[in-house]
Amino acid sequence: MIADQLPAWQIVIPMLAAPLCVLVRNSTAAWVVAMVANLLTLLNAWALFVQIRAEGVIRYALGGWAAPTGIEYYVDIANASVILLVSFISSVVMVFAFHSVRKTVLTGKHYLFYSAWMLCLTGLLGICITGDAFNVFVFLEISSLSTYMLIAFGQDKRAFTASFRYLIMGSIGASFILIGIGFLYAATGTLNMVDLAQRIPDAESKRAVLVAFSFLTIGLMIKSAVFPLHGWLANAYQQAPLVVTAFLAGTATKVSLYVLLRFFFSIFGPDYSFGAMLLNVVLLPAAVAGFLLMSLVAIYQTDLRRMLAYSSVAQIGYIIAAFCIASQAGLTAGIVHIFNHALIKSALFMSVGCIIYQVGHAHSRSFDNLFSTMPFTVSAFIISGLGLIGVPLTVGFVSKFSLIGASMEKGWWLIGAMVLVSSLFAIVYIGRVVEVMLFRKSRMETPHSVGSNEAPLMMLVPLYVLVAVSIWFGISGSTTLDVAGQAARALLGGYQ
Amino acid sequence: MQILGLYNYWIVIVLMMAGLYIMIARYNLIKKMIGLGVFQTSIFYLYISMGKVTGGSAPILDDNVTQYSNPLPHVLILTAIVVGVATTAVALALIVRIHEEYNTIEEDEIKAIEAAEHDS
Repeated sequence: MIADQLPAWQIVIPMLAAPLCVLVRNSTAAWVVAMVANLLTLLNAWALFVQIRAEGVIRYALGGWAAPTGIEYYVDIANASVILLVSFISSVVMVFAFHSVRKTVLTGKHYLFYSAWMLCLTGLLGICITGDAFNVFVFLEISSLSTYMLIAFGQDKRAFTASFRYLIMGSIGASFILIGIGFLYAATGTLNMVDLAQRIPDAESKRAVLVAFSFLTIGLMIKSAVFPLHGWLANAYQQAPLVVTAFLAGTATKVSLYVLLRFFFSIFGPDYSFGAMLLNVVLLPAAVAGFLLMSLVAIYQTDLRRMLAYSSVAQIGYIIAAFCIASQAGLTAGIVHIFNHALIKSALFMSVGCIIYQVGHAHSRSFDNLFSTMPFTVSAFIISGLGLIGVPLTVGFVSKFSLIGASMEKGWWLIGAMVLVSSLFAIVYIGRVVEVMLFRKSRMETPHSVGSNEAPLMMLVPLYVLVAVSIWFGISGSTTLDVAGQAARALLGGYQ
Repeated sequence: MQILGLYNYWIVIVLMMAGLYIMIARYNLIKKMIGLGVFQTSIFYLYISMGKVTGGSAPILDDNVTQYSNPLPHVLILTAIVVGVATTAVALALIVRIHEEYNTIEEDEIKAIEAAEHDS
C-alpha cells in the first residue's frame, strides 16, 4: 500500500514538516521536526531508489488523474539517484545545523529558518521527481524563494544585498524558463514531458520550438550558475549562513543541472540539442572558460567561502563540458561528477563552518597553524580538498578520470588537457590554504592556540560521514559509475 | 496585415524588453522590482494570448457552443501570478531590511558603502 505511494510521500513529508516547524516555534523542537522529516525523506528516497532498480520506471498519476490530463511524477534511475543525493545531503547537513544555527542565526527566528529549509527541500525534490514541465517551474520557484530567505539569514548586512541580487538573477532565470515552457506548449499542446518528447520531432521546424530552446538554455544556465552567468553565486555562498551554503552547494545547482539534462537529452533529444541546435558551440567554450578562469580567480581569494564558491563554478564547468561530449561516456562522467562534487563541496563548506564556528572568520591567511588546535576539522578539509584536486583514491579522481577518458574517446584532446591544467590551479588554491593551516607558525602567541579548540561533536560527526562516504566512493568508484552509467543510458535513450 | 494581426504578441515583446531593461539599467531597488513586475506580466499576457482560439467561446460547457478557448493557460497563469506575488513580497521585505541597514536603496550607494567597509 505505502510502497505504491512512495513518489507522493517524497514531496509530502518535507512539505508537511514546513508548517509544523512554524507551529512548534521552539528552536530545538523545530530542529527535531525538521530532522525527523529529513530522515523520513531519506528513507523514502532510498526505498524509491531500490524500487526503481528492481522494477524500472515508475509513472505516478497524482490524484489518480492519468498522464495527459493530470500531473504525473516520472521516476527513473536518473532522478531517483538525484533525489537520493539531495535527501542525503540535506539530512547530513541538518545534523550539522543544530549548533551552527544556534550560533549564527538570530535567536527567535530558528523555527522560520528550519521551515524555509524544509520548503527548499520540497522544491528541490519536486523539481527532480515531476514529469510535468510547468510543475518544474512551480517547484523551482518554491525552492528559489525559500533559498532567498535562507541566504538573508546571514549575519552580515551584506547577506541582504546578496540575497536581493540572487533574487533578481534567479527571477530572470525562472521567467526565462517559464517563457520557454510557454513556447513549447504553444508548439506542441502538451506539458507532460513524455508527450513533449514524442511531439517535438514533428514540431522541430517550428520557430516556437527554437525560441523555447533558446530561452530554456539561458534560464537553466542562470539557475545552474554556468560560467558567464554565475555572478549571483559567489556573493550568495559567502554571505549565507555556512549551513545554508553547505546545503545549497551540494543540492541547488546540482538539481538545476539535472533539469538541464532532462530538457536537453530526454525532451529535446541529443540529436536536436547537440546536432541541429549546435548547443556545444555555446556551452563548451563557456564550460572551458569557466573551469580555467574560475579556478584562477579562486587562487586570489582571501575569504575561504569565496574561494570555494569560485571553485564550485569551475566544477560546474567540468560537468557542463562532460555533458557537451554527449556520449554515453561523457554523460556518465558528468553525472558522476554531480554526485562526487556534491559530496566534496558540502564536506568542504562544513569544515569551513566548523572553523568559522570556533575562530569566527574565514580569512584564509590568518589560519596560522590551525591544525594544532582543530586537528579533526583541518584533516577533513584536507581530505576533501584532495578530492577537489582529483588525487587518486578520492572521488575527484574517479570523476576527472572518466571525464578525461570520455573527452579522449570523442577525440577532444584539448579539453582533456585543459581539465588537467585547471586541476593544477586547484592544487594551488587548496595548497595555499593547507600550507597556512599545517605549517605556518603562529605569529602571535594567543592563549587559545594551546590545547584543543575542536568543534562540537554534532558538527564533526556529519562532516566525517560525508568524508567517509566520499572516501568509500573514491576507492570503489565502480558503484557510482555503474549507477551514473545507467542514468546516462536512461537519459540518452529518451522515454520509453 | 499578418504583423498587425499579431498585435498582442507585439505588446508582449515591448513589455518584456521594457521590463528587462528597467531591471538592468535602474539602480533603485524598487524600480528594479517594478521592472521585474512588468517583465513577469508580459509573460502572463503571452500565455493568455496563446490560449485564445479564434471564434472560440469561454470554456463553459453549453449545448449551443461547439468551439471553446483553451482554459489551461489561464490556470497555469493563475499559479504564475501567485508565484509573482510571492517573489515581490520577498523582494520588498528584503528591500525594507536593506534600507534599515544601509539607509539607502540606491544600488550604487550600497556598493560604495560595501566597498568602503571592505577596505577598512
